[in-house]
Amino acid sequence: MRGVFLLALLAVGVSGIALAQTGRQEMRPEPAPGQATKVSTSLRQRIAACTACHGAYGQGGGSGGYAPRIGGKPVGYLYHQLQNFRDGRRTYPLMTWMVQYLPDAYMKEIAQYFSEQSPPEITPQQPMVTAATLDLGRKLATMGDPARGVPACMACHGNNLMGVQPDVPGLIGLSNDYISAQLGAFKQGIRRTKEPDCMHEVTAKLDGAEIGAVAAWLSSQPVPAGARPQPVGSVKFPLRCGSIDGDG
Amino acid sequence: MRRKIFRGVIVLAVIGLAFLGWAVWMSGILHRSSAESRQVTSTVPAAAAVASQKAWAEPRFASVIARGEYLARAGDCVACHTRRGGAPYAGGLATPTPFGLLYSPNITPDKQYGIGNWTEEEFWRAMHDGIAPGNKLLYPVFPFTHFTRVSRPDVDAIFAYLRSLQPAAQPNHPNEMPFPFNQRSSLVFWRALFFRAGVFKPDAAKSAEWNRGAYLVEGLGHCGMCHSSFNALGATDKNAQLAGGLIPIQRWYAPALNSGTELGLGNWSNDQLATFLKTGVSVHGATYGPMSDVVFHSLQYLSDADLQAMATYLRAQPALVSPTDVQKMEVSPQFAAQLVQQGRQIYVNHCAECHQLDGRGVGEQYPPLAGNPSIAMQPGTNAIRMVLLGGFQPGTKGNPRPYSMPPFAQMLNDHDVAAVVSYIRQAWGNNAPAVSPAVVTRFRQVPE
Repeated sequence: MRGVFLLALLAVGVSGIALAQTGRQEMRPEPAPGQATKVSTSLRQRIAACTACHGAYGQGGGSGGYAPRIGGKPVGYLYHQLQNFRDGRRTYPLMTWMVQYLPDAYMKEIAQYFSEQSPPEITPQQPMVTAATLDLGRKLATMGDPARGVPACMACHGNNLMGVQPDVPGLIGLSNDYISAQLGAFKQGIRRTKEPDCMHEVTAKLDGAEIGAVAAWLSSQPVPAGARPQPVGSVKFPLRCGSIDGDG
Repeated sequence: MRRKIFRGVIVLAVIGLAFLGWAVWMSGILHRSSAESRQVTSTVPAAAAVASQKAWAEPRFASVIARGEYLARAGDCVACHTRRGGAPYAGGLATPTPFGLLYSPNITPDKQYGIGNWTEEEFWRAMHDGIAPGNKLLYPVFPFTHFTRVSRPDVDAIFAYLRSLQPAAQPNHPNEMPFPFNQRSSLVFWRALFFRAGVFKPDAAKSAEWNRGAYLVEGLGHCGMCHSSFNALGATDKNAQLAGGLIPIQRWYAPALNSGTELGLGNWSNDQLATFLKTGVSVHGATYGPMSDVVFHSLQYLSDADLQAMATYLRAQPALVSPTDVQKMEVSPQFAAQLVQQGRQIYVNHCAECHQLDGRGVGEQYPPLAGNPSIAMQPGTNAIRMVLLGGFQPGTKGNPRPYSMPPFAQMLNDHDVAAVVSYIRQAWGNNAPAVSPAVVTRFRQVPE
């Protein structure tokens, strides 16, 4: 058994050297020239620019793990984010570059495609934080801090934190870096929604350590099997949000 | 001795004053309004010239306003006069230039911040002479050097349309320009050297279609603002109009728009070019970068007849060999050969699935790279950027569900990008020089 393992290891090593010698590129067989070429008219074929980083099922993970999981997120949320990148309410130059000349109807179609995906489960990250920090994150996410008027993440994003149809995103399956960057951007007003901007109101009450704790705890949670966003109207929101009532 | 110096100073002063006088006179600032203005009768009733917002809403103005909207589209006014996510025509978009950062002004009919108090005559003077009310000389980033070709009735119609918009109370952002460029009076000299006011005059020897195309391309379309090279003072080169050029600061290279077969539009048909301007796609390639902005905001709204006219005019332009066409080697021949060899495998792995092994692409979905000026032209920076950034074709009425190219910035290092770009620039008879990994490094930033 151990012999087989060592052989496999050797094989991997040798092929690694071979790859290194060919300019570090994985070899792909060349298609025969003159083959009749037909391009699929499917949406998935058209949106190769999206799936390069977000994955064919929206599982995320491209761009060094930063590109968020968007598969299965509520359709309204995804649609609004495409518009937000176009209109400057979110700042990520590559995303703005991609979507700035797309018509609304097409944005909606792309949002629909990713909202219908069920990306494979992933093993969550184990954040490099203390148990106390993780516990602080859990408390804020599940209970909030009523004394300071900070609602729990769960109060809006659903009991399983997988979002609420059609406009509230799930928070599980995202990287620590991505979540902390978003919360920080909301706090600083760099990421915005249509008014009233409830995420700014909430994050303005949190300090950097608390944001780090929430991001660490959320990113450490496994995606529940078969989890989907909660249905429309299943949550009574504690805050008024432009991202929910304001169509964006 | 003292007398000689005194005499010298006097002579110099007289020459200086004469030059200043010439510059001021040539700049047109003293002309109350130009000849065309008086000759052509306005289509807009005189009483409406200073009419209130309400009057413009009257049905009798509907047709002139609709025509003005079309012409404003042809001029792509909205692209510069709207900031990201802002109210249309309310300004605030920053345009970086070698002379500083200029912010477009609010041109909605807001009385405080917009052009709500302007008369038709004042709007004509801005468009035709580049001079705003109060004798304020406008910077030539506003393409009055082209708009001066536009007829008085067309300018009046655009004014009627702008006056029909919802006023937006959005304050204007001051320009951020260093001395001496922040002194508008310095424009007196620029105007004397580079600007002559004058409405387009048809060429009787040419067809009506050619003349309509010339009017649109040289006037409202202001194509030459990007597709010509600029001199050190920010004026376009008169001898190389539409011969292509580097857009300052943005660093996109706008290709030649003429009948040249290698770098121009010589291999296109008029129909293909007109459809390309309308949809953003063609079997020769798709728009990208700043041209997608033009198709998205402006050209897709133009009539087929106007687009055909523009195609006719552009494809009749003589092919010029400008100095920028000279192919320069960025890397040694040995290193170039190594890049091309490595680039071929990268091409097979990542590009051939869509662009095909023979570089011919597929229909309008995936542009050909063989014989494509965007790949072979000098410098090779457009091709480098497309590999790094990818992107969607513009979503237009004629192509509402565009195809896209993945970005490779996150996947390929500078060496690999240089290798694959060097390969596609050399393969299939493109015969363009290799590009250096050091150049790739400089283009990693996403344009905003």
